[in-house]
Amino acid sequence: MSRPLPGFRLTFGIVATWLSLIVLIPLAGLFLRASSLPLPRIWEILSSGRTLSAFRVSFGCAAAAAGVNALAGPVVAWTLVRYDFPGRRFLDALIDIPFALPTAVAGITLTTLYATNGWVGRLLDPLGIQVSYTLKGIVVALVFVGLPFVIRTVQPVLEEFPAEAEEAAALLGASRLQTIAKVILPSLAPAILTGTILSFARCVGEYGSVVFIAGNMPGKTEILPLLIITHLEEYQYGEATAIASAMLLLSFGLLVLGNRMQARLVRGRTR
Amino acid sequence: MSGGTKRIQNDPWWLRAGAMAFTLLFLGFAVLLPLVSVFVQAFAKGLGGWWAAVSDPDTVSAIRMTLVAALGAVPLNTAFGIAAAWLVTKHRFPGRHLLVSLIDLPFSVSPVIAGLVFVLLFGAQGTFGPWLQAHDIHIIFAWPAMILATAFVTFPFVARELIPVMEEMGTQPEEAAVMLGAGGWTVFRKVTLPGIRWGLLYGVILCNARAMGEFGAVSVVSGHIRGETNTLPLHAEILYNEYDFTGAFAVASLLTLLAGATVVIKLWLERRIAR
Repeated sequence: MSRPLPGFRLTFGIVATWLSLIVLIPLAGLFLRASSLPLPRIWEILSSGRTLSAFRVSFGCAAAAAGVNALAGPVVAWTLVRYDFPGRRFLDALIDIPFALPTAVAGITLTTLYATNGWVGRLLDPLGIQVSYTLKGIVVALVFVGLPFVIRTVQPVLEEFPAEAEEAAALLGASRLQTIAKVILPSLAPAILTGTILSFARCVGEYGSVVFIAGNMPGKTEILPLLIITHLEEYQYGEATAIASAMLLLSFGLLVLGNRMQARLVRGRTR
Repeated sequence: MSGGTKRIQNDPWWLRAGAMAFTLLFLGFAVLLPLVSVFVQAFAKGLGGWWAAVSDPDTVSAIRMTLVAALGAVPLNTAFGIAAAWLVTKHRFPGRHLLVSLIDLPFSVSPVIAGLVFVLLFGAQGTFGPWLQAHDIHIIFAWPAMILATAFVTFPFVARELIPVMEEMGTQPEEAAVMLGAGGWTVFRKVTLPGIRWGLLYGVILCNARAMGEFGAVSVVSGHIRGETNTLPLHAEILYNEYDFTGAFAVASLLTLLAGATVVIKLWLERRIAR
């Protein structure tokens, strides 16, 4: 750089101020408040049956939904990138809907669809499958919320995948399926992993789309964000703070771990 | 996109048919069906029933509160986003990467926790609660907290869209302008802004969609005061819980239209940016 551009002090001031006011100070306040609780008290809150169950429900359902999207996402991305058919652009636009649609709207419409008298629930009910107000309902809502992540991370990689690599594999006698499994899929792996982790992280904290469909039975279908709200409404600030801090630390840790895994996967490919 | 279509022939027919059938079914079930259902439920009692719900004073007040939250949070986050992108892409300094991670931080925080942190600061039992009460200043259960919580959840949107755009522009155009004697503000307005305006609009549109549709964070700080601190998503929840399904879905249909408009504008902008 020949000469520094102006505006460093001004933009640094704006960024530092707004970042501190909106994000850093409020989050620091949360951890400060949690750290003022005695350690045995924190342990008591976090190890209670209701809290542990909420952790299991939130993380378990998020993992299940991320798993569904990890399997379905690459197929959808493949179809949208590789094949041309009427309505392709429309389907591509639909992928963004879960990002843009307010979560509460997703929540009430999915609950209505999957209730025993809803369009889908009516078909599942005779089979003895109940979705709304069960763990399955939570997973359905989270699949919707996390749907775009894997598709949107895989699409650009698939678009830029060199045709020569596929042709070379075919020339060397690989069947189409072998080419997909041994040549294309491995290079999609980092993107699939990134999308899955992003989707998982989003789903763990999700509230709006889940509360309507979950049934919210303490110890059974109660998610962490709802448990935090319940404690807050009962003025149990200690409980709310301890659970929120633990949840944040866990999701930050998972994101860091995900980044590491992805970095290793990318390095492994290029080596 | 362009290279994709000519490779069709390589795939056996059953693979092509299978992948397409799966995609259609999956997206039809997971995305299209819920969308259709919103409108069918919203108009279950005809246009009149829909209009009655939409023109109800509580709904109108919820529209107003939604606009207040978005108008409070989006411009501030836009100004911040531009400043952050300028800082991170036009300057090199230690801690730059850490700063980018910190800007993204709100994306990995549950919306409910985004509301909680402000209750802990400004609520009755919060750090500043007693002082605020003594001075009769209302933040929680009033519009200031709604704007703060909305600002938190929409914090990274504009910055995140602008950083890659400005990174790609490099610093040469601005450096040339500075060499020719232009001041900082002029450089930004005449050199940088024309290059980033579509990316900027893109970020603002996404930021606005999230601001108007946010549920968890505002739900924690709003106090659900009907006709006062209810936004459209919160109003839809109240109507739904009162078994007024037509009303709830009428309100939801407004939000769905907003989402549809956002996606259409987003696609239009993407094509502009690609060109």
